[in-house]
This record gives sequence, structure tokens and C-alpha cells, in this order.
Amino acid sequence: MTDRLQRGGDVDEGQPRREDSPFYERQNRLVLRNCGVIPPKIDAYLENGGYEALTMALTTLTPEQVVAEITRSGLRGRGGGGFPTGKKWQAAREAPGQHKFVICNGDEGDPGAFMDRSIMEGDPHSILEGLILAAYAVGAVQGYIYVRAEYPLAVQRLEAAIAEARAAHFLGDNILERGFDFDLEIRIGAGAFVCGEETALLTSVEGSRGDPNPRPPFPVQKGAWGHPTVINNVETLANIPLILLNGSDWFNRIGSAGNSGTKVFALAGKVRHTGLVEVPLGTTLREIIFDIGGGLPSDKKFKAAQTGGPSGGCLTAEHLDLPLDYDSLEAVGSIIGSGGLIIMDEDTCMVDFARYFSDFNRQESCGKCTPCRIGTKRMLEILEKITSGQGEEEDLPRLESLAVLLKNASLCGLGRSAPNPVLSTLRHFREEYQAHIQEKRCPAGVCPALSRYYIQEEKCRACGLCARLCPAEAIFRDEEGEIYRIDAEKCMDCGRCLEECPFEAITGGKKRKKAVQR
Amino acid sequence: MKKTAAQLREKAEDRYPELDAVLQRYKGRGGVLIKALQEAQALYGHLPRPLLIHIAYELDVPLSEIYSVVSFYSFFKTKASGRCHLEICSGTACYIQGMEDLLDYLAEELSLRPGGITADENFSLSTSNCMGVCSNAPVLKIEEELYSEMTTEKLQQLLKERATDDG
Ligand SMILES: Cc1cc2nc3c(=O)[nH]c(=O)nc-3n(C[C@H](O)[C@H](O)[C@H](O)COP(=O)(O)O)c2cc1C
Ligand code: SF4
Repeated sequence: MTDRLQRGGDVDEGQPRREDSPFYERQNRLVLRNCGVIPPKIDAYLENGGYEALTMALTTLTPEQVVAEITRSGLRGRGGGGFPTGKKWQAAREAPGQHKFVICNGDEGDPGAFMDRSIMEGDPHSILEGLILAAYAVGAVQGYIYVRAEYPLAVQRLEAAIAEARAAHFLGDNILERGFDFDLEIRIGAGAFVCGEETALLTSVEGSRGDPNPRPPFPVQKGAWGHPTVINNVETLANIPLILLNGSDWFNRIGSAGNSGTKVFALAGKVRHTGLVEVPLGTTLREIIFDIGGGLPSDKKFKAAQTGGPSGGCLTAEHLDLPLDYDSLEAVGSIIGSGGLIIMDEDTCMVDFARYFSDFNRQESCGKCTPCRIGTKRMLEILEKITSGQGEEEDLPRLESLAVLLKNASLCGLGRSAPNPVLSTLRHFREEYQAHIQEKRCPAGVCPALSRYYIQEEKCRACGLCARLCPAEAIFRDEEGEIYRIDAEKCMDCGRCLEECPFEAITGGKKRKKAVQR
Repeated sequence: MKKTAAQLREKAEDRYPELDAVLQRYKGRGGVLIKALQEAQALYGHLPRPLLIHIAYELDVPLSEIYSVVSFYSFFKTKASGRCHLEICSGTACYIQGMEDLLDYLAEELSLRPGGITADENFSLSTSNCMGVCSNAPVLKIEEELYSEMTTEKLQQLLKERATDDG
């Protein structure tokens, strides 16, 4: 396993093999069709229909026709925003200026998503082909692929692919002898989440600190070095050759209305089969988790799924049958984002989870604008206060008003979406926040300061066994005599009551060891 | 008394012959600072102040601008690593699968915290946002080698091996 990962290979290794495994059988692998199936080399790519779309487009379609076909396909950006790709290209095509750029956003900042890495490593030529087509469509002469430093193998594979494409005259001057010039360069990110945001990415490509800038002007009007620039995500670009080869009608038949095509999700967390899952947009969460992912690994109950990473929100059991697409997720307060899909069971504390993302957003806030720089810090402080047992009733409205402020007043998407994980956990798991604040108790037993032993009222049959066993005499019968309670002051954390209770009514205890034994 | 840039540089001169070849390529070109710094770090492991002064001088970029870039990107390190550098992924999947236990273990056993180094300089530690191998969470990286589905037991074993390797 270690070896495999070291060589990079397929991130899916260690999963059931393709043949007759429901993990693969129920997927619709279009974008991922080559990943892990063919070597990331130009010969193999050509044998499998590679660069056919480019050859076809350059010989039979005008740039306007390419833009029109992509517009008709309804393809929406896979990098998070879901903006229609055709519309973006159209704007860049129409923007005045001789010098135009196309940039592939391979920053993949969501800490829980790895589909872009997989495509860059496993099928680099599909990205190149998409970028060259984008350049042809908008009239760009130079392109960049922006890859994060954490993905050294992706950089290596892309560099090799660029050299191969140049040798085969798919890049360089007079491509395929059609009088179209275009070349590509790789730029490596250096570990800053905000650089995935398009205006920050531009300043980083220019070689400076990745500071975001106000929009408008949008990159399609004034992008790299002030020239019109199209920025597209890796997965978006990998879709382009497929659409041009098979036609926009074909693409429109996949997925749901207004959400055509497939989406790759990075399924991870508490689920039996983890890995990349490519399904038509509009597939339900239930199908992904239970039919493809094989359900949760233990007999634990499904609690929540996080989509959209630190900019997204959570879905709960009531959303299991919700079709996952751009619009339906937005309606329930989350986003598809880049496709990270983290599954959580009852052992995850949602307040702690919100704290985790708040901490992430605070660290990654670039500090250029005050609402985000200070707001993310204040949010984190309040959440830390709650998870350490110091929470007060007013903290929840405080969090909510801070969230509104960040959403309205931040300069870039990082600050504007930073409150999402907090808001959505507040919306769906408010009672868990209440337990932390009012009862000073962490129901999942995660927050160390609040993970005391606790007798669940609904399960206790008042048999009194625990009280007799307790060496600290910390357990007493409730006044009304219906149940037993634990006096937290006296409790020594020995855990005997939890082990012995015949009705499993006792929960909590020291911070539960989370690192699972497999 | 404040030293001038030239004086500061004198100390650095001739200390970075490998780098000078790299810098030659970038001289006078725009938008190359990040690339130059990345190559410098690949050569020397980290970017100490004299090295940054040298780069500032060679590329004719103000030192303040270099620092603004170095401090912005978490990839750049101004401090040296231990003989064995541990990088623990703190992405969402790794967090859910208990990477904090690994940090707790290192803090308890070696008093080693992210950004720190042990007194004997054998081990240093950092965390990374996401290594893109969420299926194998929690993961740990030593140099370019990845270790999957880490537990404190596996970590203990690994530290033992590494300590004997290096000592
Ligand atoms: C904080 C932040 C981080 C982002 N990170 C990424 C990223 O890692 N990869 C990506 O493709 N888009 C990312 N985006 C979205 C980009 O700004 C941009 O919308 C996208 O690259 C456009 O490509 P698309 O239309 O093909 O999706 C991020 C946005 C924000 C606000
Ligand atoms: S919202 Fe945050 S990340 Fe974006 S510009 Fe403001 S401080 Fe920087």
C-alpha cells in the first residue's frame, strides 16, 4: 500500500477491483474513464480517442461554434461555483484585447477532496486537451496550469504530458497546421487555500502573495496581467473533449434538469468503501453511501455528510433521498463545492466539526479584509468556548449575527462562505449545541472537557446496579426516583458503570480514542 | 548599526553556488519569485535569512517583498527540519478518522508539536491541509513516503525504526 501511494498510482488502490464490484458497477465513469485504466502517456491516450475532439474542432468548427456547443451542453463549473462554462467562455471571447489567457485551477483546496489530483495524475492529457480547446474557443495564446505543491506527482505527470503534446504538435506554433498558436506552463501553488479563489490565483500566477481582489472586474474582463482570462477547474476541463466528441445532446441526457453531466465525489470518512465516485448529477446521497459506498463500516448510525468542505454545509438523514445537484444542495444550505463528501457517524460531534472548519478558515484567511480576518477568529473563539464547556445561551445568536456579517461584508468567497459549516450545523444539530451549553455535555463524547459519564434518561430503568458498583459513590437516585444520575464532582472516570449497565444507558467518559483499529 | 544590503550579502556570497545557476535563469523575468523560492527550498531544505537576502540581491527584489511571499505560503519554511520530518495530514477525512490522537501522542511522548523539533533534532513535525489520499486516512508522510491508516501503535513502531535508522 505504501509503495503504491508513493508511486502515486491510483488513489483508489486498496478498493475492490472493478470487475463485479458494486463500487464501480453503479458508477458512470466518464471523466475518470482513463484514470488507473491506461498509463498517463500520449500513446495510450491517443489509442483511446484522445485528441480526436481537438482535431475535429480545429478542422471542422469555428471558435464560436465550440463556445456554442459548450453552452448548449449546460456544463457548469466543477470547481465549486457551478457557473455555466459556455457563458464564461463567451464573455472572454467577446472581451476586447489581443492577449488572452486560459488557466486550469488545480489548487484543489478542500481538505477532503482528491478528484482533481486523480485526473492530473491519471489522465493529464484530458486536461491539456480541454485547455487547448478552451484556448481555441476564446482566442488565448498562453495557458497556465496551477497545481498545488502538495501534489508533486501531478506536477511531474503534467510536465511530461506537456512535453509529449508539444512533440506531437498539439501545443506550440501552428497547431495541427491550422494557424493556431498556444502554449502551456505549469505554476505551482505553495500551500494557501485562498489561492484556489480565482482572483487570488491570478496574483499567485503572477508570482506574488495570493491576495484576492474585488470583483468586478471579473477575470474574463481583466485577469492575468490585466488581460481577459478564463479560469476553469480540472474536472470542468476534462469534460470538454467528451462533450465535443459526443455532442451536447448526449451530455444533456446525463444528469438532472439544469444539472447535466456527471460529478466526481471524493467519498471518505465513516463509510465502508472510500474513494472516487463518479455519478450523474442528481444521484441521491443514499445511493452513494449505501449502494456504492457499502454503508457505514460498523453498526453505527449515519449521522451527517459534509459537502463542499470548509465552504459547505452538512446533510442529515432526512436528506438521504435528496438528489445531489447544484440547485437542490443550495436549497438546503449547502453546496456541491468541489465534490468532497465526508460521511460521519454518531461518534462525530457536530460542534467540534464546525470548530474544525472554523479553525481551518481562520488559518487560511489571508487577512486582507477585516470582516474575515477578525470574524473567523471570533467565530472560532466562540466555538472553542462552547466545546470547552464555557458556552452561554447568548453564544448561539452571537454566532448567527457574526455569520451574517461575514457573508455580507467579506471581500472574497473564502470569508463569505466561511460561516456555512457553522450555520448548517446550527440549523440541523442545534440540540447538540444546546447540550454543550446547557447540560455541559458532549453527546458524541468527543469534546474532552465535556465528555463526562452520563446516564441517558430514556434508557435508564433505575435498577441501581451502577450506584452499588461505583467506588466513588458518585451515583445517586433522582429525587423523583425514576432514574439515576452521576454527580460529576465525585466521579473518578473509572468507567465501571458504563461497562456494567445492563441497558447500555451510560455514555461518555474520557475522550474517546478515535483512531480506529482496522 | 544597521548593515547595508551589500554588507549583508557579503556574508552570504559564495555560499550558494548551486542556487546561483538557478537564479541566473530567473534574473530579469517577472512573476518568477515563487518558482525561484521553491527551487531554493528544494536545494537547501529551508530558507534561512541569509539565503533570502542573497535571493533578494540576485533577483533585485526588495527583501520585504520576499518575506511577504515566504510568510504567506505555508509551503515555505524558514526553520530547519529534524533528521526525520513527520508531516501529518489534518484534512477533513483524517480529522474524522482521528489524526488528533497522533498529534496528542507526539506531544506526550516527544513533546513534539506542529512547527516544532525535538531537542536532539531527530524529529520535527508539521501538519498539512490535505494530501489528497483521503481514502487512507489518517495519513502520515515522511519525506515522500506515505503511511496509511495510521494508529498510535503504528506511529510508535515507526518512530522506533526511524530513531535507530538515524542514530
Ligand atoms: C476560498 C475559495 C477556494 C477555492 N478553491 C478552488 C479550488 O481549489 N479549485 C477550483 O477549481 N476552484 C476553487 N474555487 C473556485 C474558483 O474561484 C473558481 O470559481 C473556479 O476555479 C472556476 O472554475 P469552474 O467554473 O470550472 O468551476 C475556490 C473558490 C474560493 C472562494
Ligand atoms: S474574505 Fe478572507 S480570504 Fe478573502 S480577502 Fe478577505 S481576509 Fe482574505
